[in-house]
Amino acid sequence: MTETTETHSDPAAAAVAASIPERCPVSDVTTDYDMFDADYLRDPFTAWAEMRDRCPIAHTDRYGGSWLPTKYDDLQAMAKMVPELSSKSPIVIDLPEALVKGDSTGYNAAAPITADPPEQNWTRRALLPHFTPKGIAAETEYTKRLCHELIDGFIENGSCDAAVDYAQQIPPRVIAKKLGVDASMVDDFIEWVRGVLELGLQQPELRAKYRDIIRDFFAAEVADRRANPKDDLITALCQTEHEGGFLPDEVVIGMCNLQLVAGIDTTWSSIGSALWHLASHDDDRRRLVNEPDLWNTAVEELLRFYAPVTMARNAAEDVQYGGVEFKKGDKILMNFPGANHDPDHFEDAHEVQLDRQRNRHVAFGIGIHRCAGSNLARMEMEVALKTWMERIPEFTLSDPDAVTWAGGQVRGPRILPVTFS
Amino acid sequence: MKIKVDAEKCEGHSRCYSLAPELVDVDDLGNAFELNDGEVPAGLQDKAHLIVDNCPEFAITIEEG
Repeated sequence: MTETTETHSDPAAAAVAASIPERCPVSDVTTDYDMFDADYLRDPFTAWAEMRDRCPIAHTDRYGGSWLPTKYDDLQAMAKMVPELSSKSPIVIDLPEALVKGDSTGYNAAAPITADPPEQNWTRRALLPHFTPKGIAAETEYTKRLCHELIDGFIENGSCDAAVDYAQQIPPRVIAKKLGVDASMVDDFIEWVRGVLELGLQQPELRAKYRDIIRDFFAAEVADRRANPKDDLITALCQTEHEGGFLPDEVVIGMCNLQLVAGIDTTWSSIGSALWHLASHDDDRRRLVNEPDLWNTAVEELLRFYAPVTMARNAAEDVQYGGVEFKKGDKILMNFPGANHDPDHFEDAHEVQLDRQRNRHVAFGIGIHRCAGSNLARMEMEVALKTWMERIPEFTLSDPDAVTWAGGQVRGPRILPVTFS
Repeated sequence: MKIKVDAEKCEGHSRCYSLAPELVDVDDLGNAFELNDGEVPAGLQDKAHLIVDNCPEFAITIEEG
């Protein structure tokens, strides 16, 4: 990853990188890990292995301080530490107090992901019916058409950026369709989501700016659906009954916000990482062509290995677990990707095995905050990869050094040039 | 062979349904329940083991009959 390539290909990321002071080198990953270190972004697996051996719940003072569990059993146990570990602020770095707003940081900021029980329970029940395997049938047909259209746009060129031209284009369109928002908003959605969850992580003002843009946009959409109901998710949520009335506007706005911040760069990261893997592993790529029965286990294995999402909790009180005392307010990074690489739980955890049979991976989290959109994400990933492999079975990285990875909250390739015949 | 889904543990991942819709279905919240009272039809024993081994909540068990 060279500076010139990044500057050339991803000006928004380069501008943020240029504005951030140079960081001290990491002295010891167990006491000083750096979630934005370039080596860690490219290869977090080595650091997690060292932590598991020496200090399975690591700590850093960087970025306001956080704890990082790395063992599968610990993640399983900690996901169930409710209410001791609160989900009210699931972003890996908290906003400074001065930028926190009452109306957008309560449980309804992006419920149910930002809610603890009891609000978590009823907001989740309101949302889940729209994301069951049967609840996403319309999106499945749409995604199939969409993937073909995107490939039509670049297949004659013999090359493309598989992240920018393909992976990144799919989830925002699917989410826009689900919400009932015009597809012309897609470029804005991409910019807003990166502003909140990627580029804004280290730039609180940028993050607060995009948080407000998203909220204002959906406040207007919700007001519109109250007056002019349509056949879409926003309308359905507006019409969902709650305590003798309907879900309050603030809750629906937060749920729309959730669609963007949880449903876009997460899924595009999974699709992008899987394409990176297939571009750089000839055996696995050809195996999928020759053994189409593998798709079911292959998608889950790629989700396991390249799990993109780290969610966060804050200790609601002083609490002890695993020999560590979390002080009230302490940030805990729910390192589900790290759990997926624990050799105590996964045989040959360091290898991608497309036919892996025992695979209780936790890419979508576990417990009451299991990703509400996991079925939609899984479908998008499966359709995106199958369609790509059907149309472009042979492809390779054009320039491995040009690939850039984002991380912190959501890990995945942002620049991914590939060539095909 | 019978399978049993523990409704207290199930969080609606629906991975069992995606792997073996012959053995389980999901409700409006995505939570799984057994078909045919959990009875596993002949020839689907491997699939029964597969959904047990792919449930991230450890919610599915096999009861040998």
